[in-house]
Amino acid sequence: MIETPSSTGRGAQLGARLRDRDLSAAPATLNLVESRTPADLRETADLLHELSPAKLGGEAPGHVIGVTGPPGAGKSTLLSALVRAWRERGRTVAVLAVDPSSKRSGGSLLGDRARIDFDPSDRGLFIRSTAAGERLGGLAPATRAAAQALAPAFDVVVIETVGVGQSETDVADVADTVAVIVQPGSGDALQFIKSGIMETPDVLVVTKADLGKIALSARRDLSAALRSLGARDTQVISVSSVPPPTGIDDLVDAFDAHRAALDLPVRRLAARRAAALADFAVEYGERGIRAVGGRRAALKLLGEQDPTLDVPALVATLEQKVPA
Amino acid sequence: MSETPAHRLPERDRPWMMRTYAGHSTAKASNELFRGNLAKGQTGLSIAFDLPTQTGYDPDHALAHGEVGKVGVPIPHKGEMHTLLDGIPLDDMNTSMTINATAAFLLSLYIVTAEDNGIDRAKLQGTTQNDIIKEFLARGTYAFPPGPSMRLIADMVAFTVTEVPKWNPINICSYHLQEAGATPVQEIAYAMSNAIAVLDAARERVPQEQMGTVFSRISFFVNAGVRFIEEHAKLRAMSILWEELGRERYGVMDPKHLRFRYGVQVNSLGLTEAQPENNVQRIVLEALAVTLGRNARARAVQLPAWNEALGLPRPWDQQWSLRIQQVLAYETDMLEYPDIFEGSVVMDGLVGEMLEGARAEMAIVAEHGGAVEAVPYMKAALVDSHRERWRRIEAGDQVVVGMNKFEETSPSPLVDEEGGIMTVDPAVEAQQRNAVQAWRAGRDQAAVDAALERLRAVALDESQNIMPASIEAARAGVTVGEWSQALRDAFGEYRGPTGVGEATAAEIGPDLEEVREEVARVGEALGRTVKILVGKPGLDGHSNGAEQIAVRARDVGMDVVYEGIRLTPQQIARSALDEGVHVIGLSILSGSHKELIPAVMEELKAAGVDVPVVVGGIIPEADVAPLKAVGVAGVYTPKDFDMNRIMRDIVGLVADRGGVPAPA
Repeated sequence: MIETPSSTGRGAQLGARLRDRDLSAAPATLNLVESRTPADLRETADLLHELSPAKLGGEAPGHVIGVTGPPGAGKSTLLSALVRAWRERGRTVAVLAVDPSSKRSGGSLLGDRARIDFDPSDRGLFIRSTAAGERLGGLAPATRAAAQALAPAFDVVVIETVGVGQSETDVADVADTVAVIVQPGSGDALQFIKSGIMETPDVLVVTKADLGKIALSARRDLSAALRSLGARDTQVISVSSVPPPTGIDDLVDAFDAHRAALDLPVRRLAARRAAALADFAVEYGERGIRAVGGRRAALKLLGEQDPTLDVPALVATLEQKVPA
Repeated sequence: MSETPAHRLPERDRPWMMRTYAGHSTAKASNELFRGNLAKGQTGLSIAFDLPTQTGYDPDHALAHGEVGKVGVPIPHKGEMHTLLDGIPLDDMNTSMTINATAAFLLSLYIVTAEDNGIDRAKLQGTTQNDIIKEFLARGTYAFPPGPSMRLIADMVAFTVTEVPKWNPINICSYHLQEAGATPVQEIAYAMSNAIAVLDAARERVPQEQMGTVFSRISFFVNAGVRFIEEHAKLRAMSILWEELGRERYGVMDPKHLRFRYGVQVNSLGLTEAQPENNVQRIVLEALAVTLGRNARARAVQLPAWNEALGLPRPWDQQWSLRIQQVLAYETDMLEYPDIFEGSVVMDGLVGEMLEGARAEMAIVAEHGGAVEAVPYMKAALVDSHRERWRRIEAGDQVVVGMNKFEETSPSPLVDEEGGIMTVDPAVEAQQRNAVQAWRAGRDQAAVDAALERLRAVALDESQNIMPASIEAARAGVTVGEWSQALRDAFGEYRGPTGVGEATAAEIGPDLEEVREEVARVGEALGRTVKILVGKPGLDGHSNGAEQIAVRARDVGMDVVYEGIRLTPQQIARSALDEGVHVIGLSILSGSHKELIPAVMEELKAAGVDVPVVVGGIIPEADVAPLKAVGVAGVYTPKDFDMNRIMRDIVGLVADRGGVPAPA
């Protein structure tokens, strides 16, 4: 007898397709991980279980890159050029663009899609815009799960968020490589790095290199500031998206270099633990955190678990500590 | 000889130039239309080009599908320009071309056509619209990024000032700003700021002693709404600011050079689909705004037709509008007097208010670094103003007779079985596609390749003027699509700001609150916030309606993927799939809905996207049933001004499709 689709759940099926690098599973996967109904949450857990390091036999091969920066820094134009460069190198790309939600209406305008040039017949590119919702830190609730789900299937998974300050911290928890985009003449980024509000990014990108001198001096100032902080590993790259674009290939190389030097299992494991704690906190609130003995104790508990567990499994270990 | 008293003119003024914005289907059909209009007493030409010509695509390009010959005439090369102008004395004609991104090439075609007919380019009179900033702000037919676009304009100014000295290379359009919702103060301020950007760019390309002449060749193209007293004050304020600007910023001294000159097309935004005959009196009153006071009277007037909100006007509809002008000019006594508002306390007061407001707004634009840099700011301000206008109409604070008040009506005998409009023969597109391919096959290809090679080189070298190479290309038989592609290669593609991201949230009324609760309830049941895709298929860049829908959808709590303009059906389908939207809203005003909407529906099916699609725009009644037959769930036209009702419909469609039961 032919096995009917219902004999395995939607989540598990999607997980299996993504494991086989079936990119056409991406839209349905995102619809699932974004859903908050109890049934869909269970399916999402199944999905992520299918894609856990245990099932994959190691960490997902895709490179998860966080791209963030203040509005107007030229993120989407840069992303457009980056996507083109990756596609030209034959890499498949998923872009998860996170936009802020209106506090007043709960609605949002996801305008970035209009700014990325794409060929509608290109199956190797997937773009999804998501509203950040009420979650602080700039990441949509489902974005971590989405990145984890897509990393086994796509060569590159980009998470794009707006803002300087809070959001980088969140992105750093989920991405292998974090790039902060600044435009010349904006001292904010420098101030944020110096004051420690912003974590030191892996790659700093100065846009609008076509502005010449200003861009050059911005790049010099940033390099000097990073040196004074002892952050010698952070690369500073100047790019211009104005034709002819410059610096894009350098940036792609810088991403590759960072990823090559990275202890991936360590970073991914930390990301999964951070994600588990964050998801747990959303579900159970401060009371739940107290029930497991505070954040530190929670992280310690997570650290004692099997490193190949997926996030929902980790959340479940915390849940067991919450009195019914 | 007796002295003329101060309240009379020694002799009656000559009437302004009378034009009708016209062109459709083919060069041949449009040529017949032009000749007919001239025979009826029209005194100048105003050419409407179709959207592919305006945005730099040949009739056989994928993006041109559905748009060829729709809102204007397709003129891809000199052969078509010859046909269009056949039998029209170009040394005697004053021609206005509504062309912007591709203006340099269309002027080149015009020059080549004249010269082929033995007419010296120095004799040519007329204007190319050529105002790119308002394309970014309101009209959407741009092709290149702002920097290179401004350079093309400056090139044309520098070229025409010596080579085609009677030509107005640009008219600064505040017209489209009002169509996009600008208040009179915004219209003045943004138009003036825009003029400053153009003049500053031109100043770098012409010697200072020519600046007076350059200044005098800049004309304006304004709008006039039905609040005609205020609108007249606006024009007086503009002429004061213009003179001030010439003197103070550009050192222009000659009073003749400092004169504020403008043409006008009166308001289309305020024309209604409901009881459309009322538009006739609106048009008359708007015409008064630009003709009544001698000190700020238009040089050239074109009036829309009464049925513009229904579809494309027929020749008879356009004749009616021309006759309005003729009655005003020849039957009334308005041309017999000096300025009738001189010394009016009311007029002076209004002008003073506008000057103050406009100066303040111009200062803000200047702080942003000028009009080019301030495009996102101005765009967001316009979206906001438009939203406020809409809110006032919805709330009944602004009365629109026949639409939100006095809605009772008898059936209109003016709207016949065809809907009282003109339709373009669908066969035109295929015919034009074949024609341009035949043209390409019949040219000296070596000459074309050489001309394009040179054009690319000139485009990349900012020290050179684009015009000589463009004229050479036009003469060699290059098409508008090839010319534009060469420039796109050099300058890059560009997508303008949408202005929706920065738009202020709507005020919460009980009506909006109710829709918002329903959106939240349905989203909760579905597991995800209700997500809508809003976009414009085809080349139509009039995005105001789509933007308002996008902003309101956000305000009722939806996640809105705003896709902007110029989308192919395939792009829309792909975005809908990737984004996982629950519903799609499409807007088309160019009359191409009959081709494009079925194409979108097909692509959606092919992509496996099964969500409700609603369509808004200028959709004639007769086209509604065929759209529904291909699966469109709802059609909205200009008479559907209650956006909360539209939102309620949309969330209802989403609930139905998602199997969400009605609230208990």
